[in-house]
Amino acid sequence: MPETIIIATIAVAVIGVICAVMLSVASKFMSVEVDERIPQVRACLPGANCGACGFAGCDGYAAALVDDPDLSITLCTPGGSTAAGNIGTVLGRSAGAVERMVAQVRCNGTCEATSTKMDYSGIEGCTAAKLVYGGAGSCVYGCIGLGDCVKVCPVDAIHIGGNLARVNPDVCIGCTQCVNVCPNDVIAMRPAQVHVVVDCNSHEKGAATRKHCTAGCIGCHMCERNCPTDAITVTDNLASIEYSKCIGCNKCVEVCPTDCLVSFSLAHVAAKTE
Amino acid sequence: MIENIKVLIGIIMAAVLVNNYVLSQFLGICPFLGVSKKLDQATGMSVAVIFVMVLATAVTYPIQYFLLNPKGMGYLQTVVFILVIAALVQLLEIVLKKYIPALHASLGVYLPLITTNCAVLAVCISNVDNYMTATSFGGTFVQALVNALGSGLGFLLAMVMFAGVRSQVERCNCPESFKGMPITLISAAIVSVSFMGFAGVVDNLLG
Repeated sequence: MPETIIIATIAVAVIGVICAVMLSVASKFMSVEVDERIPQVRACLPGANCGACGFAGCDGYAAALVDDPDLSITLCTPGGSTAAGNIGTVLGRSAGAVERMVAQVRCNGTCEATSTKMDYSGIEGCTAAKLVYGGAGSCVYGCIGLGDCVKVCPVDAIHIGGNLARVNPDVCIGCTQCVNVCPNDVIAMRPAQVHVVVDCNSHEKGAATRKHCTAGCIGCHMCERNCPTDAITVTDNLASIEYSKCIGCNKCVEVCPTDCLVSFSLAHVAAKTE
Repeated sequence: MIENIKVLIGIIMAAVLVNNYVLSQFLGICPFLGVSKKLDQATGMSVAVIFVMVLATAVTYPIQYFLLNPKGMGYLQTVVFILVIAALVQLLEIVLKKYIPALHASLGVYLPLITTNCAVLAVCISNVDNYMTATSFGGTFVQALVNALGSGLGFLLAMVMFAGVRSQVERCNCPESFKGMPITLISAAIVSVSFMGFAGVVDNLLG
């Protein structure tokens, strides 16, 4: 009896040792040279694997950065300038300034402002709802409010309120996944630090927009005419702001008849409510 | 010769349809439920399983025949098989990384995942139980390898089929309390029941 146990133990131990030797020899002779900078670059990235850089996760971007010296080191939006600076130190390249970008839902069509043209009770999701006559809302350019963006957001920065998606710019990491998933292209990226934004996406003529929504841009050119720095242009019945030219004077917000221009300056908001 | 080929085809058919490891024997359920959400992941995992099943049989079968059985140590089967399969998969990963990086990248995370998969171990053990005879090695070894290949293909079939079923189920408007794992398990049961229809098919077809 004791011999059986000893023989069995020895047999398993021998097999184990053979396997161990085989593995260690293999790992020694068949090891693949990995560029030591890849893990270093990888350590600079946030590890959210959001895909905003256009590569399959942070590992993919790190490998591509080391392989291709011409690739921009500022593609990581969640990491921002910190990550770009660190990568620059590892790879010996200068980063330059990286502006933090956040997502913005360009629509102000709350339940009060706009109306629906039907009762939609199909599959819960904007893409599905869009297939049925462009969605339930009377405005086909606006937010459908069924939350496809909420589902893809990796950091829970988007929430639906009043049938309208809203992005919390402090939480948003700028991964652009919501921009890609929105069937109406309502969501766009903007720099995190701006004074005024246009909260409308409607390209319809003024009268039609007004019929569908009280908060929409009617393309009246008032903002364009009153802007001291020519930062606003109205194309296709919709105002757009060139953020680099905007000085935050809020003149456009004051003259806008439908309040589709929204200012981020708190002092101004207070003045307007008074 | 023709008789031999007929036997081998019968073995493959039986392994894929009748004795499907996932749907009839309920082995390897963990990857079946875990990785069947997307079709490409399901395929990647299944190819890795086919690879490892055949290789594991090719290594464990001779060990049983030449080492364990002659010394009367058949009871060590499970321990030794797990040890050998785990080491084998690690070795395979190193070799693939060095010589076939493309295949390594596509099998990626799935290879280490199946080092101790119960379906792989079950294929090795059931091969030994069903095909091994004391007298001849060559013929039964080929049969065991073919059975391993068939079992892997059966796993692929189950994974691909269920990935399709799941993508449909995800889109359905099912009751709140059934959402997620419950409805997945129920649909897995229905798919499994449908595979019972294959029982006896192989015997009557090729027997």
